[in-house]
Amino acid sequence: MVKRLANFLKHSYLGLVLLFMYAPIAILILFSFTDSRTMSKWQGWSLGAYEKLFADGAVWVAVKNSVSIALISATVATIIGTFAAIGIYSMKKRRRMVIENITQLPMVNPDLVTGISFMLLFTAIGFTSGYLRMLIAHITFNLPYVIFSVMPRLRQSSNRLYEAALDLGCTPMKALTKVVIPDIMPGIISGFILAFTLSIDDFVISWFAAEGVQNISIYVYSIARRGIPSHINALSALMFVVVAALLVIVNLRSIKQEREAEAQANKLRSK
Amino acid sequence: MESNHLIELVNVTKEYSGEKALDNINLYIRNGEFLTLLGPSGCGKTTMLRIIAGFTMPTNGDVYLDGKRVNEVPPYKRRVNTVFQKYALFTHLNVFDNVAFGLKLKKVGKKEIQRRVESILELVNLKGYERRWIDQLSGGQQQRVAIARALVNDPEVLLLDEPLSALDKKLRKDMQVELKRMQQAVGITFVYVTHDQEEALTMSDTVVVMNEGKIQQIGTPQDIYNEPKNKFVAQFIGESNIIDGVMLQDYLVSFKGSAYQCVDTGFEPNEPVDVVIRPEDVDIVPLGSAPLTGVITDVVFMGVHYAITVNCNEFSLMVHTTDYVPVGEHVSVQILPDAIHVMKKPKTLDESEAIEATQEMKAIEEGMDAEEQ
Ligand SMILES: Nc1ncnc2c1ncn2[C@@H]1O[C@H](COP(=O)(O)OP(=O)(O)OP(=O)(O)O)[C@@H](O)[C@H]1O
Ligand SMILES: [Mg+2]
Repeated sequence: MVKRLANFLKHSYLGLVLLFMYAPIAILILFSFTDSRTMSKWQGWSLGAYEKLFADGAVWVAVKNSVSIALISATVATIIGTFAAIGIYSMKKRRRMVIENITQLPMVNPDLVTGISFMLLFTAIGFTSGYLRMLIAHITFNLPYVIFSVMPRLRQSSNRLYEAALDLGCTPMKALTKVVIPDIMPGIISGFILAFTLSIDDFVISWFAAEGVQNISIYVYSIARRGIPSHINALSALMFVVVAALLVIVNLRSIKQEREAEAQANKLRSK
Repeated sequence: MESNHLIELVNVTKEYSGEKALDNINLYIRNGEFLTLLGPSGCGKTTMLRIIAGFTMPTNGDVYLDGKRVNEVPPYKRRVNTVFQKYALFTHLNVFDNVAFGLKLKKVGKKEIQRRVESILELVNLKGYERRWIDQLSGGQQQRVAIARALVNDPEVLLLDEPLSALDKKLRKDMQVELKRMQQAVGITFVYVTHDQEEALTMSDTVVVMNEGKIQQIGTPQDIYNEPKNKFVAQFIGESNIIDGVMLQDYLVSFKGSAYQCVDTGFEPNEPVDVVIRPEDVDIVPLGSAPLTGVITDVVFMGVHYAITVNCNEFSLMVHTTDYVPVGEHVSVQILPDAIHVMKKPKTLDESEAIEATQEMKAIEEGMDAEEQ
């Protein structure tokens, strides 16, 4: 009996894990293809939810806000954060440790606190543009994450690379752009991706910081109080598909690159 | 300052948190010279190169390049290129772009870059590797890319920090010949760092032996080998018998109970000295044909010669000879006057202990490097 259980687990463990992870999304996608107000009953196949979704202007305003804020805030945070990380890295040891810790504190700060403090700050200085409020808040909360993902890459990158660039005639600025930044690029890219997803995901901080502007999560929250309309299922399903597709593309590309590099190496070896 | 002194270090001291990595260094390097810094790990060789290249500033003292004081001149304004101990290749660029890096910065024409990179890659035996990424190369290949990347810029001075350490013996020999040839052909001044004494002796015009941040001896390879200035140099360069002795008078030294003719002068009467006898300068002769006698206790075949240990009652003598002598045989040992080198005793610490300590450190450091990777 025990043995059979062990065997069962051995063969199906991963399957179970995946099932737990993907069951909710599967249900969601399934129910986006039926037109019902309550999710308890299957009402037959229909594309009604999608029709409603594409007809609903407010959704698309929210989507546009979410995507543009995510893109802009991730880009700006990546640029500022990368230079900040380089600056912090080149400090003397003790100061570096202190500053590094200070920059990483906001990551453990509860979103609620961050959000409310933004609200207080913006109100206090009388800053009213809702979109800019949200954008600034997103840039700010993204910064520590960018620094956090660039820093380890900098530590790995040898100081000698910078010196080698100077040796070959680069000014310090050129050495930075031509050698140091390309070398830490993987860290910068993962910082950008992290910032982008955090921004798209965010609800709490956006809710408090912005005013009168809706991103996807605020929009969904504001109408979901009266039960979730079916076109929100459709929206969620679409978002999932888009993200999954992006992921697949990224992975396929890196697999392809690896294959090419390998093929090239083999070709050289056989020469 | 003489005009052909391309580089000059005057009273250069470098401290790292109170510890002296370089201690009052005075050194000039002539135009077109092949100068080698030789010394055990941690003696300050890399630090010296970094000061010449401009990556670190001396704590005290001055650095002159071409007669101009350059203490504050940044590296990119010095016509000096470096081959780094740990290569420091750009992994985001392929071999070609690594080598072309310096030329592109100088806005050299595309065709010219192509031509120079290709010819230098051919020189370092890496033809056909242009499109490879750095992490697809072996350690030795990376090292050669590093050499090519520096050399392609036609620098006035090339600093090389153990540039051949990752190569196998055959390739290392080839590269030594190649580097020396290039250095002579182009007339670049080489400052070469190594802790391989054979490499230092075969390649250099001038050898600088260092220990613990201090220069022990500067001289031609012949000087260094034949006339070591102190026990440290004698021990570090080649194998030696080093024996305590007393200088009785000019041309006469006594050790282990007998007096020997020698060629050295200028010591106080009865001054205690170190006597250095190179193993290859000693001859094993039939019993009775020389005053010093002993028993063979050990014979090791070394490829070209035998390393033979002779026990002469009070001390053991290492002898290198091409003739085989069986263990246990009683023989005489002939030491001619010019085989004996007499050196002043070091004034301060026992420098042989220093050698051992630094070699130990090297082992530890290498262990740490391995872990890092
Ligand atoms: N950045 C640094 N900070 C502190 N100490 C240093 C630094 N660089 C070098 N040192 C110390 O200075 C001394 C000389 O170091 P250096 O790198 O010049 O030795 P080396 O002769 O090149 O040795 P190796 O043959 O192992 O490369 C060592 O004791 C080393 O620990
Ligand atoms: Mg070194």
